[in-house]
Order: sequence, then structure tokens, then C-alpha cells
Amino acid sequence: MNILEIQNLNVTFDTEDGQLRALRDVSFNVPEHRIVGIVGESGCGKSTLINSILGLLADNGQVEKGKILFEGQNLTELNSSQLRELRGVRISTVFQDPMGALNPVISVGTQMLHIQYRSSLSKSEKLDNAAEMLRRVRIPDRESALTRYPHEFSGGMKQRIAIAMAMMMEPALLIADEPTTALDATLEVATIELLQDLQQQIGCSVLFISHHLGVIAELCDDVVVMYAGEVVERGTTRQIFYRPMHPYTERLLQCDPAGQSERTRHLPTIPGEIPDLRLRTPGCIFAARCHCREDICDSTPPEVEIEGQSARCHRLVA
Amino acid sequence: MSEAVSKLYKALRRILAEPMGAFGVALVVLMVFGAVFADILATAEPSDISPRDRFQGPSITHLLGTDHLGRDLFSRVLHGGRIALSVALFSIAASLVIGVVLGLIAGYGPRWLDNLMILVFDALKSFPTVMLALALVTLFGPSLTAVVVVVILVNVPGYARIIRTQTLALKSAQFVSAAQSMGAGTTRILRAHILPNVIGPLLILASMDIPVVIAIEAGMSFLGLGVRPPTPSWGAILNDGFAAIRDTPWIAVAGGLPIIVTTLGFTFLGETLRDVFDPRLKVR
Amino acid sequence: MLNYSVKRLGLAVIIVSVVMLLLFTMIYLIPGDPAAVALGPRATDAMREALRVKMGLDQPIWIQFWNFFINAWQGDLGNEVLSDRPVTDVVLEQLPFTLALIAGGMIWSIALGIPLGCWTAIQPGGIVDRIIGILSVGVIAVPSFVIAIYALLIFAVSLRWLPAIGAGDSGDIIDQIIHLILPSLAVGLGWVGYLARLVRASMLEVLEASHIRTARAFGLPERLITYRYALTIAILPTVTLLGVGIGQMLSSAVFAEIVFARPGVGKLVYDAILTRNYPLVSGAVLVTTVLFIAINLIADLVVGVLDPRVRSRL
Repeated sequence: MNILEIQNLNVTFDTEDGQLRALRDVSFNVPEHRIVGIVGESGCGKSTLINSILGLLADNGQVEKGKILFEGQNLTELNSSQLRELRGVRISTVFQDPMGALNPVISVGTQMLHIQYRSSLSKSEKLDNAAEMLRRVRIPDRESALTRYPHEFSGGMKQRIAIAMAMMMEPALLIADEPTTALDATLEVATIELLQDLQQQIGCSVLFISHHLGVIAELCDDVVVMYAGEVVERGTTRQIFYRPMHPYTERLLQCDPAGQSERTRHLPTIPGEIPDLRLRTPGCIFAARCHCREDICDSTPPEVEIEGQSARCHRLVA
Repeated sequence: MSEAVSKLYKALRRILAEPMGAFGVALVVLMVFGAVFADILATAEPSDISPRDRFQGPSITHLLGTDHLGRDLFSRVLHGGRIALSVALFSIAASLVIGVVLGLIAGYGPRWLDNLMILVFDALKSFPTVMLALALVTLFGPSLTAVVVVVILVNVPGYARIIRTQTLALKSAQFVSAAQSMGAGTTRILRAHILPNVIGPLLILASMDIPVVIAIEAGMSFLGLGVRPPTPSWGAILNDGFAAIRDTPWIAVAGGLPIIVTTLGFTFLGETLRDVFDPRLKVR
Repeated sequence: MLNYSVKRLGLAVIIVSVVMLLLFTMIYLIPGDPAAVALGPRATDAMREALRVKMGLDQPIWIQFWNFFINAWQGDLGNEVLSDRPVTDVVLEQLPFTLALIAGGMIWSIALGIPLGCWTAIQPGGIVDRIIGILSVGVIAVPSFVIAIYALLIFAVSLRWLPAIGAGDSGDIIDQIIHLILPSLAVGLGWVGYLARLVRASMLEVLEASHIRTARAFGLPERLITYRYALTIAILPTVTLLGVGIGQMLSSAVFAEIVFARPGVGKLVYDAILTRNYPLVSGAVLVTTVLFIAINLIADLVVGVLDPRVRSRL
């Protein structure tokens, strides 16, 4: 069963220079108890995707068409208070920047109390919950940690506290928005393991967003590759990493520093830039930067599915 | 020259495009027009006493009524505008000149002098404005001079600081030392490098100080410590009106109205100027 | 924190000293013989000479300043001319009235300014936001004495809702508060506008912060986010500026006291100028200026206490 099903999601923003199509026909599923990774360069629409799921799009953005089915319920049809009832309880989020993600003038304990505001437990029970959560994310000296303020913790501890807050209500879906990007390598591994542990204990699904392929390969069951607001390829982690179908995925894997077999001073890059999303032409979105571009690429590419792995590319038909 | 005119025209268009800017311009134009053409517009001599006409309410002959000496308030308000405007322009110009000079001395001079001047500026800023004014009146006596000195002491620290900061920043910058090594005089460096960088923010600040200065003049004249009678001043009219506020409220209204119109007008204009041309200053 | 406090305190002491020097210079420059002024026209030369010696006026100027300086730091500002009472006593007697007025102004500005700024920040660009924006600029621009006189004219003279003059019955707190309403409004109205604008700008900035996004992602109620998560941060910069605000209110209080015929330091100085009671003028100016400097100092330190980030950094 799927916890989250995104079907043909289209999101646009009204800007001064016209309409910006941030997401175009995005579809993928997050099955129960699985970790799905979303990978893509900055500007590929990852943040817009998260904000659409959470119902926190900026005022000038709207879901033009498509569905976001969470536990069978279409989130795009809910009003703001119904969405708020889901956030923090059924869907929770860990953000990228641990430095700024916690409120600087409210103590950690009080912030964790606030997250439980819907619960009917007494204040001391809630505090016990909070302390228990801090134990599970391995924060030392947790009684006094509750009375301290975010700036008194290191970056790694802050991120673990943020994870504790997100997991506290035992959500069905955790959205992790590049939770390890701001951390150094050793902390990254520890945080990934922590997330994995908690995911197993709580039994939730995770939507894990990262541009770090190594982390995705390590952690995720399925991978969705996004480029310029479109899903270009999706499949299991094994499929994506061993048998990429889309040229963009191929290049992305080639560019991963960890995947370099020889020592080199020049890491490979994909030439060109993400296209201007205000000027959308019908052809393949990646055509301008593609190494195997042909004339046919100016028309809309077909979606080809092989053994559950699917990609949008003309090359696959030929 | 024509380029400057078209620049000015563009600036004016941008200001008028903002509702607040257009409103400000309208009020300022109204006020300046009244002050400049006071001689033509006035229906009577502003200081002519006519005991028979005292305490008359607003009418066709006396648009704003008359005061306790029978003087026509409308004419006094128009001529009061001249005083307010000339005090504001003169004392702000003087503050700018003194501020630029002191700022350059602080920026270019030796370190101890800089510290000393900053200390004196801070001390001057520590006086509540009215207290500073009252203290200075003891020295100069109630007079226009006292008003001008108060305005200068209130404004100079701010202007000098801007020039000083800019000078210090430029002193270390590459191109000034290059200019110095090529033998450029201080005046040249000032004209070529420092003033072009600060003239915009400085003028915007100065324009925003106009309503403050007008308030200081009116306030001191209201207390009887500024412009001496029988010279017409809005503050003095307000004071006359205050003395008779129970029976003849129109005198106080006539004194307060032009102060409100002018301070609102210049403030709206200054705010729009700042928002349009230098949003950085908003932090102030 | 301690280091910072000591530094700020040291700077304040130096500035107060400079203020004393400026005031002393000013009094010294006043034309005329203070002894002659004090004794009046009927005094003999010998009497004047005796008083000059008693006041230390025969000493060299730098000794005179030193004496003034040392005495002032000890709270001795000399005696006033008319009744020969210590200036400090006379000023301190009037100070509570002025402080009450400023406190009233502060209450008006906080009670109206912070909510207005907060509400306009929640829906920026709307019609309410624009109207309040223009009104804020308006009340900042119009001088407080004009506001005082118009308030007197409208609410006390025409409508007769509130008393026009005096500070109220000295034993009757309610009466005193009623007498405080109009003058304190005149004193505080400008700062309603200032605070509204300041809080609005600072709220808009805080609402963009990523921790607010986190709070929303946790589904916290908007009220909690606005008032607890955003406003507590947004009002921090205003606390530093409250010091400046109190300085401006001190200025406005002078006018309010004169317009509403209230006792207070402003009225005291004004009357002293009219009677050429110069020691009283300089003494009262010094006291209010020191008060102002002290309030600014306290405001700075209070920010340190309120903001946990600053608290641990200092």
C-alpha cells in the first residue's frame, strides 16, 4: 500500500515576468515502510514539491492540476486547517539548515511541548515524551537539554533534536529535506543511521531529498530523479544506480565524486544550465544539455516503463 | 544639463507614482506656494493691529479669523510660512556645511581627534532635544539665533558621522591612496570620491530633517523662546491661540493647521524619496 | 555579559562627564554676573563680592569646573536662586510627575503600536496595512505639542470628556490617572507610529526565517507562531529603541506639561528660564539628560537579558 501517491502534479507560480511552471506532471509513489529518495540539482523543484505536500506554498503559487494522495486523502482538496491537522502528526518534516530550523528564543523543551499541543496528556507527561525522544536521538544529559536553547547545541546535535521533534508524534510520513547537507561527513553517516533506526522503530515511510548520491544509495529503497520540475526517471535504487535509463541519470552518476575510479583534478560536470522555467517549449526538458540529443527530442518524449523502472526519453523507444 | 533635467523629471514621476509621494508633493507645493507668494495672497498686513476686529471668527474677510490684537490670521499664517521655510533651509544648509567639514576632520584627522569628536557628538545626542533647546536659550536668549543653533547642534552629529564613515572607508580604499600618491589635494579627493558617494543619502536625510526643524522652530516659538513678536510664526500663533483656547479655539486651529500640513507634506515626500532612491537608509 | 556591561557603563560615565562640561561651559558663557542676578538690583558691591567668593566665582575657571564636576557627581547641583533650596531636591520633587507622564506615553505606544505592527505584518500590502502605514507616518511627523493642543481642544474643551489642566488630586489615584490620559496620549502618539512601523518591518523579517517554516511544518497554530515564535523575536530590536523613545518622550513631556498645566521637570525648566533661575535650568537639564543616558544603558542591557543568543555571547 502507498502512503503517498503523487499523480500528475503541476504547480505554477505567478511572477512579475509571467507564469513559472515549477512542477510539471510529477508522479511517483511512496510505499509503506519504504524510504524514497528524490535526487536532483538545486532548482529542480524539490522544495516546491515539499511545500505542495505540506500545503505551505507561497501565496503566488498554486497547484494547477494533479493529486497528492496521502493515506488515500487528496491533500490538494483540504483547507488550511485540515492540512495543519496532518502536519507534525501524520506528516512531519526535517529541514536542511539545523542552525535556523529551531526557534532561537524558545527552549528546546518548550518547543517540544508545543508540538504536542493537540495531545491531551499532562504537561509532565509531555515533558517525559520529549525527554524520551531526546534519548532516542542520543542527546546526552537530556533533562537539562530540555531547558537549554538551540544555540547551545552543536550543529549535529541540533539536527538530531530536529529529528526528535519530527518523530515525536510518530508520523506516517517523514519528509527529510537534505537533512545532512549542512553536516560534515562523520556526522552525516551518524545522522543517516539514526534516521534509519528511527524509521524502523516507528515504521514510517520517508521521503528523503538529497543531491548526494552516496547517501541516497546507502539509505533509500526507491529513487526519483528530478530535473527542472519534471520526474525524468524513477525506479528502485538498484535499477537507478546499475541500469540508468535516462541520459540525465547517466550523467548525474558520472558526475558523482565518489564514483570516480581514477584520481583526477577535473570532476566531470554536465555542461549548460537548468532551463528557464518561464519559457517552456514542448520537447524534452533535458534536450539542451543532453549528450545524445537528436532532432526528435524537440517533441514530447514518451514515458517508458520496464520492470517498474520508468523514464521519459525518446532514446528508449528506438 | 538637459540630461539632468530629464533625470529630475524621471525622479519626480517615480515619486508621484506613489500615493504617499503625490500627497506629500501636493502639501509641500501648497505650503511653498503660500510662503513665496505671501505678499500677493495675504489679505492684510500680518502685523497690523486693529483692536476693533479682535477675536473674530473665520469669515470671508478674515479666512482664518483674527487674534487677540485683531491681526488677520490667514495673512499671519502665510508670512509665518516664510519664517518656517527660511529657518529650515538656512539652518539645514548650515548644518550640512558644518557636518561635512567636521566629518572630514574626524575622518582624515588624527585618531585622538576622531575619538574626541565622536564623544562630543554622542554627548550632544544624549540631550533630549527640547532640554538642549531650553539650555541654549539661557545662553542666547529667546531669538531666531537660538533656534538656528539648536537645529545645528541637533543635526550636525548625524551628518558628520555619515561623512566620517565614508571618509574612513575611502581612506583605506585603493583608489584614494592612488589619487593621493599622484598628488591630488584633499579638496579634489573630497569632490571626486567622497561627495559623490554620500551626497544622495545625505540629501535624503536632510530632506527628512526639514519637518523636524520646522517642528523645532514652531515648538520654541510656541514656548516664546524662538521668533520674537510681532514677527509672525506658526508657533507664536499657536501660543496666542492656546492662551485663549476656551473662548476662541480658531486661533489655535489656525496656528496648528499649517504645522500639520507642512510636517506631513515634507515627511511623506522624504519617506517616498528614501524608499524610491535609497532603501538601505530604511534601517535607520 | 559582565565585560560588556562594564564597558557600556564606562562609556556612559564618560558621556555624562562630557555633558557636564558642555553644560558648565554654557552657564559660564551666559553674560552677566550670577551673583548680581541672584542678589537682585538692591545689593551692595560688598554683598555681591561676598557671594562671589561663596559661590567660588573668584576661582580660576578650571577650578570652578572641577568643583562643579565633583559636586555634580555627588548629586550636589548647587542651590537655586529664588528660594535657595538645593537644585537636586527641587528637581527630584518634580521628577515623579514627568516619569508618570512618560510611563503613560510608553503604555499608549506599546499597547497600540505593537499590535498594529504585528497585525499589519501578517497581511502586508492590504488596505488596512496601507492605511495604518500612512497614519503611522502621520503621527510621527506631526509635532507632539500640536497633537497636545488639538487633543486639549477636542477632548477637553469641546467634548469635555477629560479634564484640561493639572495633575489631579494628590490623594486620588483614579483622578490622577484620568488627568494623565490626554497628556500621555500626546506624549506617546508619535511612538505608536514608530513602534507600529518598527514591529511590522521586524515581523516581516522574522516570518521569513526558516524556524517559522519549521513551526508551520509541525502544524503549530498560526496564533502560537505569530505571537510566541515570531513576535518575541520581532520586538527585541524595539527594546533597544525604547531608550531613544523615552528621550523623545522627555522632550514631548515638556510641551505636554506646559499645555496641560501639569507639574513636572519640563514645566520647572520652562518657569526657571522665564525667571532667569539658571542653576535650576542647568541642574534640571543635567538630571533629565543623565536619566536619558541611564535609560538607554538599561535598554541595551535588557536586550542582553531577553535574548538568549546575546545573553550567552556577551
